Amino acid sequence: MSISVLFLALLALMALAYHAGVKRAVSAAGGHAGIKSLHSLPGYYGFYAALWAGLPALLLLGLWAGLQDHLVISLVMAQLSPDLVAGLSDGQLSLLVSDIQNLARGNIVAGEVTPGIQAAAADYGRLQQLATLTLWILALAIGLGGLTLAWLRIAPTLRARNRVEGVVRVILVVFSSIAILTTLGILLSVVFESLLFFQKVSVIEFFFGAEWSPQIALRKDQVGASGAFGAVPLFAGTLMVTVIAMLIAVPIGLMAAIYLSEYASSQVRSWAKPILEVLAGIPTVVYGFFAALTVAPLIRDLGEGLGLNVSSESALAAGLVMGIMIIPFVSSLSDDVINAVPQSMRDGSYALGATPSETMRRVIFPAALPGIVGGVLLAVSRAIGETMIVVMAAGMSANLTWNPLESVTTVTVQIVALLTGDQEFDSPKTLAAFALGLALFLVTLVLNVIALHIVRKYREQYE
Amino acid sequence: MSNSVTPGVPVNPGPGGATGPDRAGQDGRRPTIEIVNASLGRRYRAERRFRFIGMSAVVIGLAFVAILFADIIGKGHSAFQQTYIRLTVDFSAEVIDPEGRRDPAVLRDANYLKLARDALAARFPEVTRRADKQALYGLLSAGAPLQLRERVLADPGIIGTTQEIWLLADDDADMFMKGRSTPVDIERGSGLASLVLVEGDEDNQVQVRSRANDFSAILRDLADYREEGRAPNPGSAPESAPSPQSVPTLESDLASQEVLGPDLPSHLVAINGGLVKVERATPSAVIGTLLKPLTSNVDAPADQWEILRFATPENDRRLKDRVVAWLHDLGAAGDIEKRFNTGFFTQGASREPELAGIAGALMGSFYTLALTLLLSFPVGVGAALYLEEFAPRNWFTDLIEVNINNLAAVPSIIFGLLGLAVFINFFGIPRSTPLVGALVLTFMTLPTIIIASRSALQSVPPSIREAALGVGASPLQTQFHHVLPLAIPGMLTGAILGMARALGETAPLLMIGMVAFIVDTPTGFLSPATVLPVQVYLWADSPEVGFVERTSAAILVLLAFLAVMNLAAVLLRRKFERRW
Amino acid sequence: MNAIAEDITRMTGAMTADDLAPLRDFSGTVGDFTSPQARMICRNVDVHYGDKHAIKNVSLDIGRNEVVAMIGPSGCGKSTFLRCLNRMNDTVPGCRVRGRITLDGQDIYDKQQDVVPLRAQVGMVFQKPNPFPKSIYENVAYGPRIHGLTNDKSELDALVETSLRKAGLWEEVKDRLQQPGTGLSGGQQQRLCIARTIAVSPEVILMDEPCSALDPIATARIEELIDELREQYSIAIVTHSMQQAARVSQRTAYFHLGDLVEVGETSQIFTNPSHKLTEDYITGRFG
Repeated sequence: MSISVLFLALLALMALAYHAGVKRAVSAAGGHAGIKSLHSLPGYYGFYAALWAGLPALLLLGLWAGLQDHLVISLVMAQLSPDLVAGLSDGQLSLLVSDIQNLARGNIVAGEVTPGIQAAAADYGRLQQLATLTLWILALAIGLGGLTLAWLRIAPTLRARNRVEGVVRVILVVFSSIAILTTLGILLSVVFESLLFFQKVSVIEFFFGAEWSPQIALRKDQVGASGAFGAVPLFAGTLMVTVIAMLIAVPIGLMAAIYLSEYASSQVRSWAKPILEVLAGIPTVVYGFFAALTVAPLIRDLGEGLGLNVSSESALAAGLVMGIMIIPFVSSLSDDVINAVPQSMRDGSYALGATPSETMRRVIFPAALPGIVGGVLLAVSRAIGETMIVVMAAGMSANLTWNPLESVTTVTVQIVALLTGDQEFDSPKTLAAFALGLALFLVTLVLNVIALHIVRKYREQYE
Repeated sequence: MSNSVTPGVPVNPGPGGATGPDRAGQDGRRPTIEIVNASLGRRYRAERRFRFIGMSAVVIGLAFVAILFADIIGKGHSAFQQTYIRLTVDFSAEVIDPEGRRDPAVLRDANYLKLARDALAARFPEVTRRADKQALYGLLSAGAPLQLRERVLADPGIIGTTQEIWLLADDDADMFMKGRSTPVDIERGSGLASLVLVEGDEDNQVQVRSRANDFSAILRDLADYREEGRAPNPGSAPESAPSPQSVPTLESDLASQEVLGPDLPSHLVAINGGLVKVERATPSAVIGTLLKPLTSNVDAPADQWEILRFATPENDRRLKDRVVAWLHDLGAAGDIEKRFNTGFFTQGASREPELAGIAGALMGSFYTLALTLLLSFPVGVGAALYLEEFAPRNWFTDLIEVNINNLAAVPSIIFGLLGLAVFINFFGIPRSTPLVGALVLTFMTLPTIIIASRSALQSVPPSIREAALGVGASPLQTQFHHVLPLAIPGMLTGAILGMARALGETAPLLMIGMVAFIVDTPTGFLSPATVLPVQVYLWADSPEVGFVERTSAAILVLLAFLAVMNLAAVLLRRKFERRW
Repeated sequence: MNAIAEDITRMTGAMTADDLAPLRDFSGTVGDFTSPQARMICRNVDVHYGDKHAIKNVSLDIGRNEVVAMIGPSGCGKSTFLRCLNRMNDTVPGCRVRGRITLDGQDIYDKQQDVVPLRAQVGMVFQKPNPFPKSIYENVAYGPRIHGLTNDKSELDALVETSLRKAGLWEEVKDRLQQPGTGLSGGQQQRLCIARTIAVSPEVILMDEPCSALDPIATARIEELIDELREQYSIAIVTHSMQQAARVSQRTAYFHLGDLVEVGETSQIFTNPSHKLTEDYITGRFG
């Protein structure tokens, strides 16, 4: 009696409705000879019927499936005896809820199984079954009802095509709005949770505090109590790794783009460019592996050979590999931008007797500079938001330092660390992750907007 | 061809007349052409430097690609092979099925571990001490008993018989066979070697003497090792070169012998079917423990015996010398070999490297990607269609467009946060399932697909639309029957590339909980699963050398899939690219 | 073509497609292609673009302090020939140039010949004005800067002013030298490009249809300018407009699909051409 079976059942109903609709339309027109008298092709009547049968029911299914859990849990909690819930904190309450759920599903339970919890679990199971059954009945009823309604309405004068196309258009609009919905969803969820966080930790402490140790006492009497949530070391770490990465990616990417577009023969360009693009297609987890297992030990051994004290999770290792990953971004964006400079500019410079490097340095590069800057900003935004390389190769210690040989941590590493443990959803630790996510989203958004704006203005100049 | 500048002889100002004096008279300065010629050398040097820098950048970039691939392939290629040990297993009925009822439950619960261990003990009867036995049993994987169980369950008829079975070796043995435990150097003895049993407190002590002072190589090696500062100097007296004719006794060499310990590279002498672990060495003779019994005590002629050297000291490796001796024995008898590691592709995750495979992760990736494609392609194409063909140009659609462009550049981890807050927390979809993973990945790849689809639609010329409308098709029919089919190749290309990116994504899936240790292969969209890149991430944390190998191999599989997908996209684009 | 069309063609004197084919049995350029004290001497120049034979055995002199106009229908190689004179064809992949072209006696295609000083001596103005996206000052100063003609700021200022004056642009831009060159009108931009070319004191200036993108007033100004520049430089100009050729040049060369059909004094070419094709082109029967 699962929801996916119901989904398939509704799809089957729609297929059935399609056929019924077509048959009905043909017969209403007086057989195959009379199809001309129909307003639309018979297929459209079929779709009309299918939509009436399926769409309302599917909508109901979607909404119900999303809300069923919440509803059932609230009902179960309301029926719990007061002494079970008295004096429980938010966190302990949600633990209780998951215990009940787990018990009902037959999974392992974290706490002990009291009779009260047993009863609640039994309640939960019962209510879930009831809800699912109700859903089945309602959905099928609506579906059949819709089918009947459509069937009755089918007549040669019915403008089935228009109706169907109208529905299709609405669906397309909904699909288009999903982009807005996504951004809204991100903003809402991240902002909402961040606001919860800022109720527990002050904004000043978060953005300007220099100590980051997000340990929260689980019990009041535990040592190492309240945590510090000053994110400045994280911002500094992110900045350092990004700067190292850009120091590698920008010179190499830019000069490679210049060489490939101005000096290399088209033969060389035809294989060198795709090979460099390969770097962009490699998943970041592979880079992380490479950084953690090959580059970091290499740097450490080199450093120790030179007598320096190098951490095994140095910012240099992470930054270096991140730089390698970003080279194709810078290179291909610069290449596009350099090629957009018109040939007439180059002709003018050559005709005056300039060498190719002079032409590049004095004419083409300055002309392409806005576009290149835009590309670099996009690359910076990419570096800031990069997660896997730093998770695997950079450390966890919130170290505020200028030394790239030490271990630092970044915003993205902490987001992962805070959310991949086992904690309830509203402790300051998990909420801190959302606050970090908000900061990250805003910074990358601003960078992207500026970058895209610059690149667009630059393109307009030459078109 | 680029504007190649050939530096060469500067141009002469030319024969007199209008050039020389005229020119100089005009500006009152040196002729222009002379100034230009003077600057040429400097400018061409700058040109060469610039060109060189550009080329180096390209070379460095290509080198990075090569290094990355060489590293991963070097680390991972050996994972596609797995070591198996052949043992004679006695499927004793008393152990497996004492009551003879062939009850499947009984067969399943029988003590196959004992069968495996007995087979090992039978193979190496000389191993008697308890500690040694533990080490011996460690040769086989924890999965070996399961192999025996599968055999019996498949064919209960073998109960009571004795069979030769190839059993899975433990990852330590596997690593050694692949050369990742220690480098092994072999040198043939060049002189006649004679054996002398040594009386003493220890058992199995043997002295090997060589006429040709073969063992001075050992002493040199130890001296080198100490010189590199890797081991402290024991302060023993330097070696002296004995005269070739005499056969020195051990006592006369006492002053010049070296003592080998576990902090130094190990040396073994393979002679007469046995293995002697060198404990004390002089240039002409060594004394050591027999790790493997000799078949005879006769002298071994030159080239019939060998000195083995294990470069990594015993302290620095997991496999001790006596275990290596057993492996060597198995190798000599042809009872140990590497086979293609099908288990890598058919097994799920495991704590033991030799039992770990990517089957679970592959299925998880498959379910997740299939669902992602199913969700994102229609929505992406539909949105692109609407925005490109039907949407009025007002502030709302402009906003949508700006939104899409921005979303394409948002860090992927943010989508993970979205998934966590909305799908898991609000809608209550269970964590770590392909469904929630697909939802998150859909939102992530949607902008890419929309942008690619829009440009595919833009490339269809307006004349097609006009022609369709001209014969009376409705706008929607024009799109679906005429425009869309022409734009599909471009859209598919965008979709394939979007899927390729989604296949490699790790961060957002970590957020939604796909980090759990999943052993069983997922069976549906709602069963707990993990995906291949997350599996790589999890294994990368494991310290065992065996997991480094497997992680690299998993990466190679991942890269292979990505290569295939990208190639498909390129071919698709090339085949269907039309020039209007 | 059917009989009626043939009759009409004969009656009106319009050209058929046959007339526009490349010349078979071409016996050689009519007229004297040499010039006394020539600045540039071209002999037996052949240019191939891939398989296409674009310039066939052309010989022509560019005289000292004179304007030579090259006219002919579209696509007949005038621009290609012009671009040989400062080796701009080197930038075109697949282009092969044969023959001998000398500047003041030096073979410019000699293996030893350096292209950079050549282009400092033979400047070029293009069809569509292409000022750099820099300030007016920097546009003109670009050439002197890269060739290192002067290190002194005041000398450079003087050089820029001189060049802009000679190009007839000084009065209009003297107050806004720092503004971008791309902000000028079409005619002004072209004069800026001319100033830029003059700033490196070339011997010869090549102009490839310099006025075809400009309005008549700007065109007239540039034609005046060309006449003034003639006193100092030798100019070779490719033009689509016969009237322009008649107005500005002393000698005119008529190209037809890769061949140099006739060359001679401008007045003679336009009043009494020797070759029939020249006459047909001049009188407007095709082109």
